[in-house]
Amino acid sequence: MSVAILRQGDYLVASIQSDLTDSEVVALRYELAELVGRQRARGIVIDVTALDVIDSFVARSLRAIVLTVALRGAVTVVAGIQPDVAIAMVQFRLNLEPLRAALDLDAAIALLDRLTRGDAVDGG
Amino acid sequence: MEDEIRIPIEADEDLVTARAEARAMAERLGFPRPDPTLIATAISEVARNIVVHVGKGEIVLRPLQEADRYGLVVIARDRGPGIRNVEAALRDAYSGRGGLGLGLPGARRLMDDFEIESAADTGTTVTMRKWRFRDELARLREERRRLA
Amino acid sequence: MTDHPKTEEERMDEEPDRSEEAGSLLQELVAYLRDNRTELREEWARRISEAELLDVMSDEEIFSEATAVYDNYVDALETGSIETLQTYARELSERIIPRGVETHEVLGIVLLLRDVLARSLFAKYQNDAELLNRILDSYEPAANRIAVTVGVSFVEERERVIHEQQETLRELSTPVLQLRDRLLILPIIGILDSARARQLTEQLLGAIRDNRATVVVIDITGVATIDRTVANHLVQTVEASRLMGASTILTGLSSEIAQTLVDLDVDLGMMKTVGDLQGGLEEAERLAGYRGPDPAGDVES
Repeated sequence: MSVAILRQGDYLVASIQSDLTDSEVVALRYELAELVGRQRARGIVIDVTALDVIDSFVARSLRAIVLTVALRGAVTVVAGIQPDVAIAMVQFRLNLEPLRAALDLDAAIALLDRLTRGDAVDGG
Repeated sequence: MEDEIRIPIEADEDLVTARAEARAMAERLGFPRPDPTLIATAISEVARNIVVHVGKGEIVLRPLQEADRYGLVVIARDRGPGIRNVEAALRDAYSGRGGLGLGLPGARRLMDDFEIESAADTGTTVTMRKWRFRDELARLREERRRLA
Repeated sequence: MTDHPKTEEERMDEEPDRSEEAGSLLQELVAYLRDNRTELREEWARRISEAELLDVMSDEEIFSEATAVYDNYVDALETGSIETLQTYARELSERIIPRGVETHEVLGIVLLLRDVLARSLFAKYQNDAELLNRILDSYEPAANRIAVTVGVSFVEERERVIHEQQETLRELSTPVLQLRDRLLILPIIGILDSARARQLTEQLLGAIRDNRATVVVIDITGVATIDRTVANHLVQTVEASRLMGASTILTGLSSEIAQTLVDLDVDLGMMKTVGDLQGGLEEAERLAGYRGPDPAGDVES
């Protein structure tokens, strides 16, 4: 399976296991949108450690997830962007504004804890 | 020296293959990080254009050798309807005037050389190259030349 | 028998005949060099020891390399193609450079071979000065080309090795320091060019990953000027660090650099800049949670 989505407390953690096809990325978008609503998650972590390439399509999709999920009152953190991938994304000049990033899953959970503290949810 | 690799681009899955093959060849040729990732990312863009806008095409990866430097050339070809406004395609989407969302300006920023030929009857060919200098002196010479 | 070197005109008049003749002369020459391989090679090895070249190599090694060089040399004379010779010269260089063989030695032995062969040609054709001249006309340019090829291949290989060593040295000296847990500082000193900026970025991102850093201080007190390219590199480094979960504070901007950045209209975006290092470190500690809550109430990057 290419993406494993698990629940961790109030959060959903989507772990991408390998390079995804565009269809799998789209499927992930819809699944997360649905699950956040159904499970009333307060935050989601998308773990992209296994992605060697994050191109414009993946970046657009990540942005879309952030915005969609925010409409359901949850916060998104992307975890595990690799150094070379970060360089490529930045050199490409992808628009990454609403993306919150953390080094890894642990840091992402810690960040979500801070962001959702006291039920005050940051809009972005 | 190794030969070229041809990757048919017809479906979603082929993008995964193209990314992997490009990275592998770049690493075999000795490109230091982060170049293999830059190359794979640029290829992902042009390969997607083929699948999404034309449906069928191919990508050719070929090693390059010159006295001062070594490199890799990517040729992304299709026989689709062509890009009517290449200039717009090379414009950045977020600059406000709207590019065509083809990811080409980004791909160009990741590579060293970038050429695109497109016409209604012959389709589109994008040629991109990435180079590495063999030694420090050659690289300095090139930088000086470019600044002159 | 001619008693003067041919003038350019005389040479050119003879051109069409000469090339055919030169071709067969060359073949005769090559055949002679092959037939007398053993003696000539020995003479060459003797002269190498006499000149005290290649003293880092044993006699057996010199003999074996000498054989290969000799054969490649004659092949190159025969075919006029230097590609095989170039490949061999590169491989040879790869072998002998780590042994400490130097450029003057490599040039020296190739020139000695050229001389040994030339002298034997003198000896063989000494009774026919005109024929000797024509043989030398064939031999000299070819032999010189070979000497240059081998010399250049060696020098290029040497440069490559030096460059590799420099790269290794650069990679080993990590300029990124861990100030406190999760807090890194990257002091940049001296000339910052594109290549160095790229390398520092890689090292910084690697350090962020290895140290699980959330705050990075990039101090450019020690940098006099930066141009647009480097300024953009800095911005990209800050953005890439953010994608890895670390926020960056840029400190030590001289007023000149600050002005340059303004003039270049560089988008410093969300990068925080603090004039002096001390202030920057304090801010960094605050961000990393070492000084209690940030007065502004927002701890995010």
